[in-house]
Amino acid sequence: MTTAALAQPEIIQPSRLTLVLRYLRRNKGLAIGLFILLLLVIFTVYGSATADLTHAYPLSVKSKQPPSVEFPLGTDFFGRDLYVAMVVGLKETAIIGLLAGAIGTIVGVVLGFISAYFGGGLDAVIKGICQILTPIPALLIQVIVAGSLDKRDVTIYTMAFVVVLLAWMGPTLVIRAQVLTMKERQFVSVAKLSGMGDLGIIFSEILPNLLPFIAAAFVNQVFYSVFASFYLAVLGLGPLREPLLGNTIWAAQTQSAFFNNWWWWPLAPAVALVLILGSLALINMGMDELANPRIRKTE
Amino acid sequence: MTPVLRVNNLQVSYYTDAGRARALDGVSLTLAAGEKLGLVGESGSGKSTMALAMMRMIKPPGRIEGGQVIVDRTDLITISDEDMLQARLSKIAYIPQGAMNSLNPVIRIGAQMTDAIKAHQDQSTADWISPAEMEKRCKQALESVDLKSDVFKMYAHELSGGMKQRVCIAISILLRPKVIIADEPTSALDVVTQRQVMETIDRVQEQIGAAVILIGHDMGLMAQFVDKVAVMYAGRLMELSTVREMFTDPKHPYAQALIRSLPNLENKGVFNGIPGMAPALLQLPGGCAFHPRCIKAMEICTTVRPEPVTLPSGQILECHLYSEKA
Amino acid sequence: MIKLIIRRLLFLIMVIWAASTITFFIPRLSEKNPVRERFAELARSGGFSPADMEKIIASYSAKFGLDKPLWQQYSDYMVSIARFDLGVSYNKYPKTVMGLIMDSLPWTITLLLVTTVLSFVIGNLLGAIAAWPRAPQWVRSLATPFILLQGVPSVLMGVLLLFFVAFKLKMAPLGGAYSTGVIPDWSSPAFIWDVVHHQLLPALALLFGSVGGWTLSMRGMGITIQGEDYVNFAEHKGLGGYTIFKDYYLRNALLPQVTGLALALGTVVSSAIIIESQFGLPGLGRVLDAAIRSNDFLVIYGVVLFVTIAVATLMVLMEFIYPLLDPRIRQE
Repeated sequence: MTTAALAQPEIIQPSRLTLVLRYLRRNKGLAIGLFILLLLVIFTVYGSATADLTHAYPLSVKSKQPPSVEFPLGTDFFGRDLYVAMVVGLKETAIIGLLAGAIGTIVGVVLGFISAYFGGGLDAVIKGICQILTPIPALLIQVIVAGSLDKRDVTIYTMAFVVVLLAWMGPTLVIRAQVLTMKERQFVSVAKLSGMGDLGIIFSEILPNLLPFIAAAFVNQVFYSVFASFYLAVLGLGPLREPLLGNTIWAAQTQSAFFNNWWWWPLAPAVALVLILGSLALINMGMDELANPRIRKTE
Repeated sequence: MTPVLRVNNLQVSYYTDAGRARALDGVSLTLAAGEKLGLVGESGSGKSTMALAMMRMIKPPGRIEGGQVIVDRTDLITISDEDMLQARLSKIAYIPQGAMNSLNPVIRIGAQMTDAIKAHQDQSTADWISPAEMEKRCKQALESVDLKSDVFKMYAHELSGGMKQRVCIAISILLRPKVIIADEPTSALDVVTQRQVMETIDRVQEQIGAAVILIGHDMGLMAQFVDKVAVMYAGRLMELSTVREMFTDPKHPYAQALIRSLPNLENKGVFNGIPGMAPALLQLPGGCAFHPRCIKAMEICTTVRPEPVTLPSGQILECHLYSEKA
Repeated sequence: MIKLIIRRLLFLIMVIWAASTITFFIPRLSEKNPVRERFAELARSGGFSPADMEKIIASYSAKFGLDKPLWQQYSDYMVSIARFDLGVSYNKYPKTVMGLIMDSLPWTITLLLVTTVLSFVIGNLLGAIAAWPRAPQWVRSLATPFILLQGVPSVLMGVLLLFFVAFKLKMAPLGGAYSTGVIPDWSSPAFIWDVVHHQLLPALALLFGSVGGWTLSMRGMGITIQGEDYVNFAEHKGLGGYTIFKDYYLRNALLPQVTGLALALGTVVSSAIIIESQFGLPGLGRVLDAAIRSNDFLVIYGVVLFVTIAVATLMVLMEFIYPLLDPRIRQE
């Protein structure tokens, strides 16, 4: 008797888009996080296109004005229009976050991958360096670095660099761990047996499975970069002329804004920062689900 | 003999993103005390779902949609959650598949046994059992599965696979349940250990007079151990016969195909499979679930689902070929 | 066993070396000279002729070895570290770095310890509950605000707490270690309460942001553990929800979290130091802050080194404690 397979009845799968939307409905954290982020992006893009960006810098408009129709978020002690300052500040924070986040993630992926895939002495060295650098208090070192720089040299790009310096070890170790487990699993051995070259295996077998972890690491890195750059700025170590969120709060603190009753001054950047970090944290939590399928709840 | 287990028209469905999958679609069977039933079927046939449903352990997105599971006059489907917690282990017990990971790694074996007794304190006896008494009982249970009583003090990682499985068996008999479900208890073990474990189950079952449902796909093991065999397909019970009948004269075409596919020594080298694949539970074929692969399929099989009929011999069949003969 | 200890010691040494090298080079790359800063400070208060000042600065620089070539300063420094000599503070001469650290340490340690332990306990419990399907929904949703609070850096929280609780509501002091004008008397309960009162807001500022981290990771861990066969079997045994939660779920999920404890301490230290400056607590934060402003090299190194060594040592200690908690890893 032959064992021919009979035709399977067609299973009608709902469209990809429907599945994604249904998933978002269940994973509310991810949905809300993405939504808030989207709002921030729209705000920044709209603001960049419509407002006069020079108003974000001192001595542009009348100072110390509370929020009004003309100045929706008020103005600060130095004469910045806080609405425009927010737009520019958000944009610059995004640049720092994305730049530092991307660098950190890429370094992490490359190093972690090389370390795990090729193993041996190289692995020992990379892993060793990561482990040794981990106990060093990154934030403090960043404070020292930023504090040692000449004020004129500090730009948002140098800040991104400072922030990434001690941030890349985390993703490296995570990616390394994942690649190691994958190496053990069957599909890599099968691919090798079927004659696929190393490069082929990397791109067609391993990388697709790593994507959720890379994405999660990226979100994490962006979160950390925004967080760390805020810390530096709020201590007065950022590029002082730029309306970075942290800078604005630092300026507000040095001018005792709260006690002078200019409450709107630190409020806007505080809210903006909380929104950014909060949405990133939610997205992070949501991505937890993607990487760990057991978390997926269904109705 | 009044049956100690009666399952009536059990229905379980899983609600996934892609639709509703009927894992169990109206399964009924009965068991008397001391009887051993083997439940066989392909992956996805519903045998594990059956076990979970009887223990009322179906979790979302699955749901028990109907039917009864009556053990000793109590319908487990309708009793309260607290009563169900009490019923587990005391009325109906479960021996897991792959005990490799079924024991808590950070507490001692003894603690895992006594906590089961403690959880059933109020119900099993009127008086309070002292810790010393509990320890004695646990050690007795360990000895009845051929384990030394020092195992009581050990940790799970210090035991071999076979030993861990026997600990699970010991736990399952602690409260002398009426029904024991053994879910592929020997799949992860080597043949020698398999035999040991099966003999152990046999022995303890006789000792306490429980009915056993043995779930698996190893027909050879079934033949040696059980009294009756039930064949499941696509969430439905196709045939239930005594083990002798099943192996010598199966009635349902699917059961026949299964028995035919068993390798035998006279016919070496010839492999008889069953053409086709089991249907996806999301989209069951109309009528009888097996008809697309059935060599004896008739017109009616494609549209009308056969009602289970009980033959004079006691066999239960879900097949149009026998509907008139009842 | 011996091999393990040696490996761990080697790790410690490498960490110390890396930390000292990094902290050595960074401040020296800047222009500021600590001796000069100190004298600039003095000059502001009294009359010094510029020529005289230069001479004094030069002599002090020579005394501290600041005029030697960089590589020599490095080797000298490394040698002194090996001898546990962290040197003296240029700015607050003649106070030694070690002395400065020791004076301020108790304040920092109490704040850190309390915050880290509380954060660990509360965070992990919340995370465990958040992942537990049988917990009441309102308790489970308690986790979300804390996870969100991760987005509020402790510094910001500090500002908000200072403004709303201390300034507006007047429910807590505005800063300082204890009320002004009070003479420290550690035997008096009233004084101790005063100190605690002053530590409340800084502790809360640190706590709010850090609980979320534990909650999130514990939640992930909890869900993984729930999928384990032994949790399933516990249910099959008919064990009650509370028993399963405590003995099968929590105990197993908590184990990996413990390894993160030492590292968490390390990250909290950085934020704690900044919070200290904010609230005017006389801890390591204040010391470091002053040192950075005046580029007092040795103090900067000392503090960073000290923190690094503390964290690294804790990490190593954790590795020895872990087997005590997890019977699977105990080496016979």
